[in-house]
Amino acid sequence: MSNTDIIIHDDKDNVGVVVIDSTKRNHEYSCWIMESNKTVKIQSINNIPLGHKIALKDFKEGDTILKYGHDIGKVVASIKKGDHVHVHNVKTKKW
Amino acid sequence: MTIPKTFMGYKRENGRVGVRNHVIILPVDDISNACAEAIGNNIKGTMAIPHSYGRLQFGKDLELFFKTIIGTGKNPNVAAVIVIGIEPKWTKKVVDEVAKTGKPVEGFSIEGSGDITTTMKASKKAREFVQWASEKQREECPLSDLWISVKCGESDTTSGLASNPAVGDLMDKLEPNGVHLCFGETSEITGAELVCAKRAKNEKVKKKFLDTWNSYNNFILENKTNDLSESQPTAGNIKGGLTTIEEKAFGNLQKIGKKIKYIDVLEPAEEPKNGGGLYFMDTSSAAAECVTLQAAAGFTVHLFPTGQGNIIGNPIEPVIKLTANPKTASTMSEHIDLDVSKILKREMNLSQAGDALIDTTVKTANGRITCAEALGHKEFVITKLYRSA
Repeated sequence: MSNTDIIIHDDKDNVGVVVIDSTKRNHEYSCWIMESNKTVKIQSINNIPLGHKIALKDFKEGDTILKYGHDIGKVVASIKKGDHVHVHNVKTKKW
Repeated sequence: MTIPKTFMGYKRENGRVGVRNHVIILPVDDISNACAEAIGNNIKGTMAIPHSYGRLQFGKDLELFFKTIIGTGKNPNVAAVIVIGIEPKWTKKVVDEVAKTGKPVEGFSIEGSGDITTTMKASKKAREFVQWASEKQREECPLSDLWISVKCGESDTTSGLASNPAVGDLMDKLEPNGVHLCFGETSEITGAELVCAKRAKNEKVKKKFLDTWNSYNNFILENKTNDLSESQPTAGNIKGGLTTIEEKAFGNLQKIGKKIKYIDVLEPAEEPKNGGGLYFMDTSSAAAECVTLQAAAGFTVHLFPTGQGNIIGNPIEPVIKLTANPKTASTMSEHIDLDVSKILKREMNLSQAGDALIDTTVKTANGRITCAEALGHKEFVITKLYRSA
């Protein structure tokens, strides 16, 4: 089993969770998809700390973030693949 | 792993089984705390449970108050109860309801005699109760006598990845054994409410859940002044990587496992009446409020997954804390009963984590002291619905 740097819950998800201390800018990381037990690679374009999310694709304003295979919020500022996804670019659709 | 068939508990007069043997000094109201604490100091082995309310409440808020106080006295982790109130009438009301369990209970009211005389009389009775309770022995009881509640706190993304699914794995494995299980946190299901609704046993229970969730959500929408960031999710949640309430909700829901259905929706502090299985209780997502309500409904062991490191305990219901966040497990180890952070490195799978949690739960039920108990965490917080009269 290769080292896992990022865990993705579901095949449909467009973000993954960093499970190492931090990713480094412009390094490649190994992602494990829990649902299908597949492994994919991604280039991190930012330093993303443990527990925080990385974008698996490019997003524009108004797009939907999927995690656990479900809608967890809307993109409010465009996000590049490999960048940090958090409160500065994603908001709730509920409150 | 073979699931243990029994645990060692205290059989109570009404047939319920406790995992602790507390003699509590229970104030009916805020102004009786000083007297209750004086008795607790006088008589070693008793525990006063001070709180902030019980005066001039009315309507549904008063009903919930009594349900919480009386339910705390009735919990099978409590062997005997001394009730202290300012006025005789509400003191007697609590005594009479707790007495229905058959356990020793006696009430003292302060008005007309003062703190010192009341403390003296009640201390004599508390001394009798604590010596009587100390003779009780643990007996072998079927696992189905366990009542387990769950609630997570200071969650982060590791909660949804690992510690909450570990609780879910325990639920999937223990539910077929007839264990009572309870989850709550109505507001924290927001975003995942339709997925949660599908886990109801039938259409009737599903409607009851959605009505309960809608009512709570409408209350938030009516009272909110912003998007609730730093309240829900909390600043700690955000630091841990959780971005929205929806993300938190899907992580939260991992605690009820993959297979089992909930069989009823309970009001806050309502005792379940439909036998073993999973129940949803309408509660706040504030940790101490939620656990206090679950303990008042009769739950005897609590499982509390945390990400960033919530430190909660409860006076009568032992709170077992687990985390999958390796930083929390090392920097706050005195608060963590079970470390499942190896899941993130894929050195442990969810089934192994669930088995480890079953083991910790049964050990705790048998008498092992939790981190929260060792550190003296006794958070008892009454849920208040609105202002007093």
